[in-house]
Parts: sequence; structure tokens; C-alpha cells
Amino acid sequence: MQFVTICDNKKMSKITTKNLNFWYGAFQALKNINSTFETNRITAIIGPSGCGKSTLLRVFNRMNDLIEGVRTDGEVLIDDTNILNSHTDLVALRKKVGMVFQRPNPFPLSIYENIVFGKKIHAERITRDSLDEIVEESLKDVFLWDELKDRLNEPALRLSLEQKQRLCIARLVAVKPDVLLMDEPCSTLDPQGTQRIEELVCELKAKYTIIIVTHNMQQAARVSDDTGFMLLGELIEFAKTENIFTAPGDKRTEDYITGRYG
Amino acid sequence: MERHVDQELKELNKDILKMGALAEEAIYKSIEALKNRDKAQAQEVISADNKIDELELAIDEKCIDLIARYQPMAGDLRFIATGMKINAELERIADLAVDISQRVLELVDKPLLKPLIDIPKLSTIAQNMIKEAIDSFINKDTNLAKKVVLSDSEADKLRNMVCDELINDYIARDASSANRAVSLLLIARHLERICDHTTNIAEDVIYMVEAEVVKHHPERLKEDK
Repeated sequence: MQFVTICDNKKMSKITTKNLNFWYGAFQALKNINSTFETNRITAIIGPSGCGKSTLLRVFNRMNDLIEGVRTDGEVLIDDTNILNSHTDLVALRKKVGMVFQRPNPFPLSIYENIVFGKKIHAERITRDSLDEIVEESLKDVFLWDELKDRLNEPALRLSLEQKQRLCIARLVAVKPDVLLMDEPCSTLDPQGTQRIEELVCELKAKYTIIIVTHNMQQAARVSDDTGFMLLGELIEFAKTENIFTAPGDKRTEDYITGRYG
Repeated sequence: MERHVDQELKELNKDILKMGALAEEAIYKSIEALKNRDKAQAQEVISADNKIDELELAIDEKCIDLIARYQPMAGDLRFIATGMKINAELERIADLAVDISQRVLELVDKPLLKPLIDIPKLSTIAQNMIKEAIDSFINKDTNLAKKVVLSDSEADKLRNMVCDELINDYIARDASSANRAVSLLLIARHLERICDHTTNIAEDVIYMVEAEVVKHHPERLKEDK
């Protein structure tokens, strides 16, 4: 595997995987993944369908644990703590490592309640004023405040797809995570909606470490700082995005991004 | 697997080679016109330049179209980006052949100032360099491209020798020879500029093949890949 150390400063590493393997029953979906995801950078994971990129993403907040018959070995260090340990607090982990899905999935509640939902789970007691502040701050973070400040009690399901996706991101940032995992966050959006979400992702980089799985290579090239290319469960190449898309080091990466296969 | 874009890239390659052949021909004919004091051939180079300009525009348009429609990446992107740059260099080379031909027209009706020795040598270097630069592009041969880049200093030395001789032995000594000496001096300058543009082509070929930027980094040429 081509592995370029993007930053030698260990303090900058947010997530590190060491010899990570993952199985769905007898099928090995991830093979010996060694990688480092840096703080305040956007990393794109690209690769053909079934290559393991979404599986890798879901390892980082142990979402795969919900599937029966899965097995993981190796290490996933987040801030130097191995989250694969059996005593990991999964609620705390998923607060720290939030996830945005392909299709926006707001709860059938009001806009306001969607945002404070996570906060109410994670905080024992919280005043109405504090909740109001969190709603305002979170909506401002995703550039929805001006659009929605007078509609906070309306059902979230009435929003446009793009607004729903933004709301889902606001719902995540309300609980102050460190890492945002995004699994094809624009795949259901039109080009304008996609562009606006991409701009939002770039803005959020200043506060969060972002890992984005995408089939859209132009999107990976536009928004990410680093890119990993996966194939058949292996991380084939991991480097700065500008290098991956202009001068990939591995022929398999070149073949994939130039459309020769995949 | 043959991709739809492959056919278009082959067409682009063919057009760049055609452009290279036309530029090479323009230099050859302009030098022949100088050696043989052939007014007709010099005029032929000047009138053929339109065709080269048109091809330059067509290649540029094709490159922009490929970028817009295919959003090329990696090797494809480097090929198209390099193709655009080489296209511009070749057009400038052909313009310099036109400049040489114009100098030939200035000289052709006047008595020969001196036997031509170093200028034909310089033109041979320029012609070899452009031939090898185009061959390096065709065969993606970076060793040949590196050889082209390194031969540019030879052209610079020869140009300086020609200029020194024309200034010291003719312009400084005999004002009546200044017109012809300046024309020859400019021809040496045009040939040296052709070598510079050819060097750029060779550097572009190295980037296209190896993704290594050697322009303004001569030390990288010495590193074995």
C-alpha cells in the first residue's frame, strides 16, 4: 500500500487505525487497514461499491456493532484511546464521533426538538435558555439560522432535502462532537444542494475532523485535504488529495479515478 | 478497457504531433532559406504560419472541451494540461521560424556579411532538440526529454559566441555592416529562443510522464528515477 505520512506531528492525529481487520461472518470486509486521520482536516474515502469504505467509516463510531455476526480486530485509536475495547462507552463514543447518512433522517419532531434531542439524552439537566442558545448556535453553524429562526416549531419533515441534511448536521454539532463521519451526504441532493453542503463541510473543518465517504470523485477532489482509495477491503493508497488526483502513486488508484474500472 | 475518452485523447495526441511536425518543418525551411538565400522559401514559411495558428486554436478548444466534459484526473489530466502547454510552445516556435524568415528577407538582397558557420551549427542544435522533444512526447521517453533540457546550455553558449563575434568584429568596427549584423544577431537570438521553448516542451513531457516538476528545478534532472 502507498502510505504517505501527511503530518509527522503525532498531536495532530485524531484517528489512527493499526492492522484493522473486519469480518461480516466469514466475509472479510476490511484487510489490515493502517491509516491516520488528522485533526481539522477533511479526509475523503473513495473506491468502488463494496470496497469497504462505508464499513471503515462505521468502525469509527462502532455502528457495525449493531449488525449480527461481525468481528473486528486490530486497533482504532481516537485521541490515543482504542475504541475497540470492550469497555468503551458507546453512547459517549457516538457523541464524540457523529454520523451523517446518505438520506437525511430528521426525527418526526419540530426543527427545535430535532436539534436538542441529542443534548437532552447526553445532559442530565439543562435549562430552556441553554437549549435556545444551543439551537441558535447549531443552526448558525450550518447556516440555517436566518432561514429557520422563525419556523423553529414547524415539523422538520417539511424542510427541503438539503435543509434536512443541514438540520441533521446541526443535530450532530449540538452535542459538540470532535469527529463528523459523512456517508455519501450529498447523494440525494441536486447540484445546488450538493454545492451548498460541500461549502458547509469546508466551513465545518475549522472545528471538526471530517471523514467523508463518496462515490463522487469530483466531490472528493473539491472538498477534501486527504484522500484514501480502497479496493476489495484494502486501503490501497492514502495521500494528499492533490497528489491522488494529479499523480497517484498506485496504478490501481490511477485506473479507478480515470474510470478504467470500478 | 477502452474508454470513450481514450479515442478523444488519441485524436488530441495526433493533433499535437501534427503541430510538432508543422513547427519542425517551419524551422527547417527557414534555416534552408537562410543557407540558400531563398526568398521564396522564406515567404512560404511566413504564409504557412496561419495554418499553425488555426491548429493551435483547435487544439486549445479540444483541451478545454475535454476538461469540461470529462473532468479528467491523474494521467489523463496531466496529458491534457501538458498538451495545452506544448501546443502554445510549438506555436511560439513556429512564430520564431517566421521571425527568422523575415530576417532572411532582410538579408537576401544584400551581400553576404560573412560565411555562416556558427548559425547553421546553432540551427542544427535547435532542430535536433525539437525533434528529440517531440520524440520524447510520442514515446513518453523522459530520458530523452532530460537530454533535451540539458542540451539547452550548448545553444546558449553558441548564441553568445555568435553575438560577441557580430558585435566585436562587425558592428563595432564597421557601421555600414550593422544592419546585416543585427539581422544575423537576431537570427541567433531566435534560434536560441526556439531552444528555450523546446526545453519547456521537454520539461512538460517529464511532468506528464513522471508527475515531477523539473521546471526551475535543474537539480531534479540529475536524480535517477
